[in-house]
Amino acid sequence: MCDQTFMAATFGPCDSCSKASPLMNIYIKSEATNYCSFCMEVMACQGLTKGESLASLKKESDSLKKKLEEERGKLNDVELHQVAEKVELVGALSIKTRRVLKGHGNKVLCTDWCKDRRRLVSSSQDGKVIVWDAFTLNKGSDALNAAQISNTRHIQLCSCCVYVDEHGVTLPCTWVMACAYAPSGCAVACGGLDNKCSVIPLSLDSTENLAAKKKSVAMHTNYVSGCTFTSSDMQLLTSSGDGTCALWDVESGQLLQSFHGHTADILSLDLAPSETGNTFVSGGCDMKANVWDMRSGQNIQSFESHESDINCVKYYPSGDAFASASDDATCRFYDLRADREVAVYQKDSVIFGATSVDFSLSGRLLFAGYNDYTINVWDALKGTRVSILFGHENRVSSVRVSPDGTALCSASWDNTLRIWA
Amino acid sequence: MEAFVKMAEGSKDQGCTGTTDPEEDSPNMIVYRKIEDIVTRIQDEKAGGVAIRTVKSFLSKIPSVVSGADIVQWLMKNLSIEDPAEAIHLGSLVAAHGYIFPISDHVLTLKDDGTLYRFQSPYFWPSNCWEPENTDYAIYLCKRTMQNKARLELADYEAENLARLQRAFARKWEFIFMQAEAQVKIDRKKDKAERKILDSQERAFWDVHRPVPGCVNTTEMDIRKCRREKNPHRVKKSVYGVPDDGQSQPSPVHISSQPPRKPTKEDVQKEITFLNIQLDRHCMKVSKVADSLMGYTEQFVEYDPFVAAVEPSNPWISDDSTFWDLEASRDPGQQRVKKWGFSLEEALKDPAGRDQFLKFLESEFSSENLRFWLAVQDLKRRPLQEVSTRAHEIWQEFLAEGAPSSINLDSHSYERTSQNLKDPGRYSYEDAQEHIFKLMKSDSYARFLRSNIYQDLLLARKKQPADTEQGRRTSLEKFTRSVGKSLTGKRLTGLMQSS
Repeated sequence: MCDQTFMAATFGPCDSCSKASPLMNIYIKSEATNYCSFCMEVMACQGLTKGESLASLKKESDSLKKKLEEERGKLNDVELHQVAEKVELVGALSIKTRRVLKGHGNKVLCTDWCKDRRRLVSSSQDGKVIVWDAFTLNKGSDALNAAQISNTRHIQLCSCCVYVDEHGVTLPCTWVMACAYAPSGCAVACGGLDNKCSVIPLSLDSTENLAAKKKSVAMHTNYVSGCTFTSSDMQLLTSSGDGTCALWDVESGQLLQSFHGHTADILSLDLAPSETGNTFVSGGCDMKANVWDMRSGQNIQSFESHESDINCVKYYPSGDAFASASDDATCRFYDLRADREVAVYQKDSVIFGATSVDFSLSGRLLFAGYNDYTINVWDALKGTRVSILFGHENRVSSVRVSPDGTALCSASWDNTLRIWA
Repeated sequence: MEAFVKMAEGSKDQGCTGTTDPEEDSPNMIVYRKIEDIVTRIQDEKAGGVAIRTVKSFLSKIPSVVSGADIVQWLMKNLSIEDPAEAIHLGSLVAAHGYIFPISDHVLTLKDDGTLYRFQSPYFWPSNCWEPENTDYAIYLCKRTMQNKARLELADYEAENLARLQRAFARKWEFIFMQAEAQVKIDRKKDKAERKILDSQERAFWDVHRPVPGCVNTTEMDIRKCRREKNPHRVKKSVYGVPDDGQSQPSPVHISSQPPRKPTKEDVQKEITFLNIQLDRHCMKVSKVADSLMGYTEQFVEYDPFVAAVEPSNPWISDDSTFWDLEASRDPGQQRVKKWGFSLEEALKDPAGRDQFLKFLESEFSSENLRFWLAVQDLKRRPLQEVSTRAHEIWQEFLAEGAPSSINLDSHSYERTSQNLKDPGRYSYEDAQEHIFKLMKSDSYARFLRSNIYQDLLLARKKQPADTEQGRRTSLEKFTRSVGKSLTGKRLTGLMQSS
């Protein structure tokens, strides 16, 4: 083939490969297109019908997006809070701090409840994972140091991650950003800047060195931001700063399924609460919340209305909807059946980012932790704030309602956890 | 000081024009911009801001101050805050970020009284991404010791910091001392009132970046968000124009391993496929969804300890764990039994509910459906290496020819399942399981809810202790079973007809 039949009309980015080069002006299905000579060759070889340039594909994708938005807009016949006007107001809440868990030497980054309703696992920037019996602790400021409580176990993970700085000096960096309790209560999982997620079996023998029994299960190419066991101890689902989620077989450490689709760090994930639900939701720095099918690895639904990073996603107890918390200082409520946002929780006086959300047992209350050291309690249906919980002295990193809904646990950068009821 | 002010102006310009900066959408910056908006509004007296005054003290004048109470009032009025505690909290955070500061306290909080506050100069705003060096801090502290005035005297922790820095920088202390001296000289040329303001603003700046022990350093970033910055090891700016000697230890910041890439053709194509699927999906109207969400909440509200009272008491409040003991018992309370009636999923979630349903099915001689469903649930939770064996066992037990607990599948599900079993996996039985679940839900579950087993539990007869009651029922079942299948079958058909 020769180029002589074409005349280089202009110079600029090619519609196909977007490299700056002399362009040929051609017509595909009577649509004027500018291709560089290389792409022209490629296209000519592949057949003229296949005139899909990156630009035209983008155009198509944009028009589909618009259409989808229109379609979803049609479904928005009424606002949730309007319908919820007929619902009775939530009575005055008297939620107070019932326990203060002191023992971490640095920011507490994550926490998870045991199914037994009273034990907790928490992970911290100091490289430690602590398993607490939150119920037997003394109350309020008299809280014992965790080290003195026999039921409480420390797991030191300090040696698990090492950073090399530009001078070649190794600096231990020990952030444990994610932790989870196994459904059986016999193991915990944790991960963080070591890019791994490890499972640690718990035993009653307090003299045993638990860290030695640590088994690394998951491996990412960036930090692990979240982890959870599926309904058994045998599978672990992780989310990572490398932009993927992954499902792992605990015993063999084998990757069962990976989930690609986010274009930036994933910061949080949550499993669908129903027994048969094979889906989970994830949210991250691309401001998207994606719903995934665990079996196929497919992204089934995607929600994009936050204006900054999504720090946390959490299913509504029925499994039909989920809430998200974002650095744009709002929490949002998305319904999977309507495939759209159905509520926004915001207020003039709430200007700091929301870090974490969880629902009360009935889904009526939405607890949200913020970077302004507070926990706001929202009426999920009416969209109004019903209470504000003061107590922490630094950012709240995580809030979790206990399995039976009797208490809320919050973890904070002030090195403590608090139990609210 | 003149140079210092010029520098301040220069930086102010930079700060204002930098909207395309990638750091602009970092989480800390989003908050800074919001605070700056508020602080600008407070200072705009013409547009309803607070009056910035000069207060006469008995020997001198205190320029450009406002009272804490005024700020609290303004916040409540303009940000629709009802509770003063919230306004004080928010104001304290604004202070902790260094936008307003008490004129005579290192601890940056807002008090709802006559305490005097001053606004920080935009030059010192944290949005200018200060990450001041210890050299600068040393110069500052050194300078303070030279200005021998009561209000500039070092606090204990500052004196300790100075001593520490002097040891660390012993080699270049002379240089630091000289810098401090030069700064003092410039300062002395300034107007007295102006100097007072500048001194306090400088102090507040250091109170943000080297907070009093026990106070939060608000400039700290979430490590997960640091990596997006173009230059994680930020080029540090010196407040006093001191060149960096490269001695500083960079903090261990996470560096992005994957630079953001442009979407390729494949990505866009994938997106188009995804969007088309989305368009094809049938969705519900918000009004319907709202009804469903409200219905769910209403149904479960009596189980929600945060909204409804807990019987006998919430263990976290009363320190009495009776509530948990009751929950854990195999003998379910009335409330719990009621929940099983909400949906089959709810019944199966509760181990006791599952047992009762199984018992009921056994009495109907149709327990194989539930046992199959449970076996498949269990299969999905097995470790990988057991999956294939277990999958075959399930086939043998429920689906193979002459299986001991044969289940009825439609031919489509059967075909698919037997195909799946050629390469058995965790999800080989998905179709079959779904089919069986629907079957149970529409058929036996409805009968279970009407059955004596369920109705008796629901009425929660308190007469007999749980153990004997259960024992009695089991023996009754045994009896029924021994009477024979035909009899039960007849009874059941009768039941079905009557419904």
